Amino acid sequence: MTVADRIIEKKSVIGDRVAKLDAPDKATARTRYINDMVLPRMLFGKILRTDRVHAKIVSIDTSKAKELPGVHAVITASDAPDGKIGVLADNPPLKSDHVRCIRDEIAAVAADSEEICDVALRLISVEYEDLPTVFDCTEALSEGAPIIHEDKPDNIAMQKNFSHGDIETGERESDHIVEGNYNVHYVTHCNMGVSCTLADYDMDGRVTIYTQTQYPFNVKMDIAPSLGAHPGDVRIFQPPIGGAFGSKLDVYPYEPICAILARKTRRPVKLIFSREEEFVASPTRQPVEFRVRAGMKKDGTLTFRDVDTLLNNGGYTSWGATTPYVTMRTITSHYKVPHLRYRARAVYTNNPFAGSFRGYGNVQATWAIETHMDRMAEVAGLDPIAFRLKNANEPGEITPQGANLGNIDLVGCIKQAAEKSDFLAKWKRNNQSWSNSERFKRGIGIAASLHNAGGAKIHKSDGCGTMLKMDDYARVTVITGASEIGQGSDTVIAQLVAEELGVPMRDITIINNDSATRPWDVGVHASRTTFVAGNSAKRAARKARDRILRAAASRSNVAAEKLDLRSGHVVQAEDGVVIMPLDRLLRQMHFAGEESELVMETDYYEPPSEPEDENHVGDMSAAYSHAAHVAEIVVDTKLGLINVEKVWSVQDVGRVINPVGLEGQIEGGIAMGLGYALTEELKIVEGRVLNPSFRDYHVMTAPEMPEFDLTFLETDDAEGPAGAKGIAELPTIVIAPAVGNALYNATGVRIFDPPMTPEKVARAIAEHARQ
Amino acid sequence: MSLNVDFTFSLNGKNVAAVVGVTESALDLLRREFDLAGAKLACGEGECGACTIIVDGRSRNACLMPAVDLEGRTILTIEGLWTEKGVDPIQQAFIDEGAVQCGFCTPGMIMQARYLIDRNPQLNEADIVRGLEGNVCRCTGYKKIIAAVSAASEGARS
Repeated sequence: MTVADRIIEKKSVIGDRVAKLDAPDKATARTRYINDMVLPRMLFGKILRTDRVHAKIVSIDTSKAKELPGVHAVITASDAPDGKIGVLADNPPLKSDHVRCIRDEIAAVAADSEEICDVALRLISVEYEDLPTVFDCTEALSEGAPIIHEDKPDNIAMQKNFSHGDIETGERESDHIVEGNYNVHYVTHCNMGVSCTLADYDMDGRVTIYTQTQYPFNVKMDIAPSLGAHPGDVRIFQPPIGGAFGSKLDVYPYEPICAILARKTRRPVKLIFSREEEFVASPTRQPVEFRVRAGMKKDGTLTFRDVDTLLNNGGYTSWGATTPYVTMRTITSHYKVPHLRYRARAVYTNNPFAGSFRGYGNVQATWAIETHMDRMAEVAGLDPIAFRLKNANEPGEITPQGANLGNIDLVGCIKQAAEKSDFLAKWKRNNQSWSNSERFKRGIGIAASLHNAGGAKIHKSDGCGTMLKMDDYARVTVITGASEIGQGSDTVIAQLVAEELGVPMRDITIINNDSATRPWDVGVHASRTTFVAGNSAKRAARKARDRILRAAASRSNVAAEKLDLRSGHVVQAEDGVVIMPLDRLLRQMHFAGEESELVMETDYYEPPSEPEDENHVGDMSAAYSHAAHVAEIVVDTKLGLINVEKVWSVQDVGRVINPVGLEGQIEGGIAMGLGYALTEELKIVEGRVLNPSFRDYHVMTAPEMPEFDLTFLETDDAEGPAGAKGIAELPTIVIAPAVGNALYNATGVRIFDPPMTPEKVARAIAEHARQ
Repeated sequence: MSLNVDFTFSLNGKNVAAVVGVTESALDLLRREFDLAGAKLACGEGECGACTIIVDGRSRNACLMPAVDLEGRTILTIEGLWTEKGVDPIQQAFIDEGAVQCGFCTPGMIMQARYLIDRNPQLNEADIVRGLEGNVCRCTGYKKIIAAVSAASEGARS
C-alpha cells in the first residue's frame, strides 16, 4: 500500500433524510396519473346507478341510448357474465333484477366523450317496484325484516366470535364493572384522485386493466369471474394514483363494467368517477356499534372484557365486513385481559357498504377500548397513565390470540408520551376547572393501541418477490412486487438496496407497475410494505452483494468476507482501501468468455407468521408495534368547538429508515384520524348519502392542524429490514380517543359516538350543565 | 357544445390561440387542448384547490373559471414554472422537505404557494397556513407543505 491508496469510509444511508424518488416528477407535473391517461382510440365509460335503495327491477330500456350518435356500447346485466365480486361474491357488477343500495349499477355506456355518455344515460329508462327497506342493524336482525339477499334470510352476512378464559369467572373476580356503547360512524377515503380505470382487450381475449388497485395479483383472481375470463388472461398495470388508503383492496363494480365495455367495443375504455360519485359509490370505513362490558379489581387490574359488535354491512359484502379480524386483535390483545369474549355480526341493510380503510377495524376498536379504559381509570380512582401502565402488555408476551408481541414497547410509548407532554400535571389542573364558568377550557388526553407491524397473514401467502439486476455501469434495477401509492415504499426499498450494494441512491431504478413483469406480492395494506417488500429487496441485494464479493475475491488476493462495497467501489472492509471500481468488476464478470456471469438475483420473502386457525388463534404478523398519543385541546364550551393545539406521538418504529417518510406517514395519519374524531362523517339517511361534496364533508385543512411532537422508539426488530417495523396505520388509529379523552378532561363531558362536531359537543356540554 | 369561441391568451410565457366551447372550463381547456395535466380535476366545484393556476397574477380555481374568460389574460400553470435554469425554488422545497406523497394536490399547492410568495415576500407561518386553507391534501397532514413554502419564502427574501 502507498499513501496514494484511496480510502472510502463506511457510510450508511439507513436513517438519512432522503427525498422521495417520485417527488421531482410529481412536483413538476411530469407525472401522469391514471386520471390523466389517454390511450389511442380511447372511449369514455359511465355508469347508470339506481335512484332506489331497495327495489325489484321490472324493466330496463336502453334502445334510445343505443341510437344516440357517438355511443358505441350500452350494457346491462344481460351483457355481463354471471360471475360476482366482493368478499362473499354477493355483488353482481350490473344488477339484473334486484337493487339493494343507492350505489347499484344498472347499465353502462361507452361513447366518444363523457358528455355523450351523460346524455345517453339520461335516455335509459328503468322501471322499478319498490321493496320494503331496512337501514338499522337491530331492525335487520328482527323477525320479519326485509330480506336483502335471498340466500341469507337472517340478513347476517358474516359472523366472527372469539372467547378466551371464562367471562363469568372474570365477573366474579371483578370489584367494578364498567359498561358502555360506542357507535362509530361512516367516513370515506376522499382520495384526491377519484376512482378511475382503463381497460383494453386484445383480439385473443386477454385484457389489460390500468387500475388504482392495491393488490395487483389477487385482484386478477377476484375480477376474472365477473369477466368470464381466466385470471391468467388479466394483466394489471398500476399507473401513479392520487391516494388509496385501503380503498382499492377489493374489486368494485366499475372495474369489470369498464372491462366489459372494452370487450364489447374492442377499444380502450376509460371510466372515471365524478367527485359526487366518489362520495356515493366508493367504499366507506366500516361503521360499528360496540357494546362493551369490562371488569377490574379494586387496584385497577383488568379481569374481563366482553364486547359485542354489530356492523352495518349495507347491500353487499366487501372488506368492511372482515374488519373484525383486526378489531378482535385489539379487543383481545391490547392490555392484559385474562377473560375475553368478542362477538361480531355483519348485517345486511339497504345502506352503502364499507371496504377497508387505513387502520382497518382498529380505528373503530381503539376508539371503543381507549375511551372505555379512560372511564375505567376514573372508576378505579387511578390517573389515565397509571391505569394503562398497570395493565400494559410486556415484551415477549403471547396474547390470547397467539400473537407473540416480541420486542414491543407499550410501556415506553405511554411513559414517554406522558413525560414529554407533562401529562399528569396538566391533567390534574384541568380536572379542577370543570365547574368554573370560563368559556374556553383546556384538556389533555391519552390513548394507545397496538397493530400488526410485520405484515398480516390473511391470504395463503403474505410474501413479496424481488428481481434485482446490475448493469455494466453498476446501475441497479429493482423489480419489486411492492406497490408505490405515494407512501414512499420505492424510496425505502432503494435505501435498503443502496445499503447492501454500496451504490448511490440515484443509481437505483425501481420498477413496479406491471403484473406481467414484476414478481408476486400480496398488496399494499396492513402496514406491511417496508417490512415485507423491504426484506425481499434487501435479501435480493444481499445475494447480489455476495456474488460480487466472491468475484472480487477471485480477482484480488483478499478474501470475500474481508471485502465491502462502498460508494460504487470494492474496498477492504477493515480500512476502506479501494480494490477496484464496482462497474469495472461488473464488466469483468460479464465479459469473461465462458466464465461470464451477470449479476441478477431473485428473492421471495415469506414473513415468519402464521394464519389464524378456526378459533382465530395464530401469530399472524411477524412483528407488532404500539403507539401512544397525547392530545392537548382547547374547547370553546359555548360553540362546542375543539381546537387541537398539540399532539405528542410516541411510536415503536423498530428502526428509522427514512425520517422524512416516517414523519410524513405519522403526520398524515394523525390528520386523517383527527378528521375521524372531529369533522368527517358521511351522512347516510335512509340509505342516501346527504353530503357528497368537500363542502359538506369536511376533511382537515392546513389551519386545523395541531403542532406535532413526534418521538420514534427504536426497538430494532430482529426480523424487520434494518430492524424496521411497519408504521403507517397506527397514527390514524390512536389519535381520536386521545382527543375524546381530552374533551372529558376539559369539560367532564364525554362523546361516545364520533365525530365530536361542535353541535354534538355544545349540546352535550349544555345537557351536562343542566344536570 | 355547438357554440364555440376562438381567442388568444398568454400561456406559460407564449401567446396561444384556442377554440373553446362556451360551456368548457379553463381546466378542461388546459387539459384537452394544451395537454397540460398538472392542474387536476379533483372536485370540480372549487373546494379542493387541486386545479389552482395563476391568472393575471392571482390564483384561481381553473375548474370554476369559464375557458372563455381566459381571453387576453396571462396564465401560469405548474408546467410553466420550470425554466432552463432548473425547477422553481418552491418545487425544490417541496422535494427537499418531503411535502409530496401521492402528489395529486402538489401542483395546486405549489401554484398557490407561488401566488402567496409573489404577493407577499414577507410571509410568516400564519400567512402560509391561511393561504393554503383552500388546498386539500389527504396524505401529508400539511406540516411538510407548510415547511416547504416557508423554506421557499425565506429563500425568496434572501
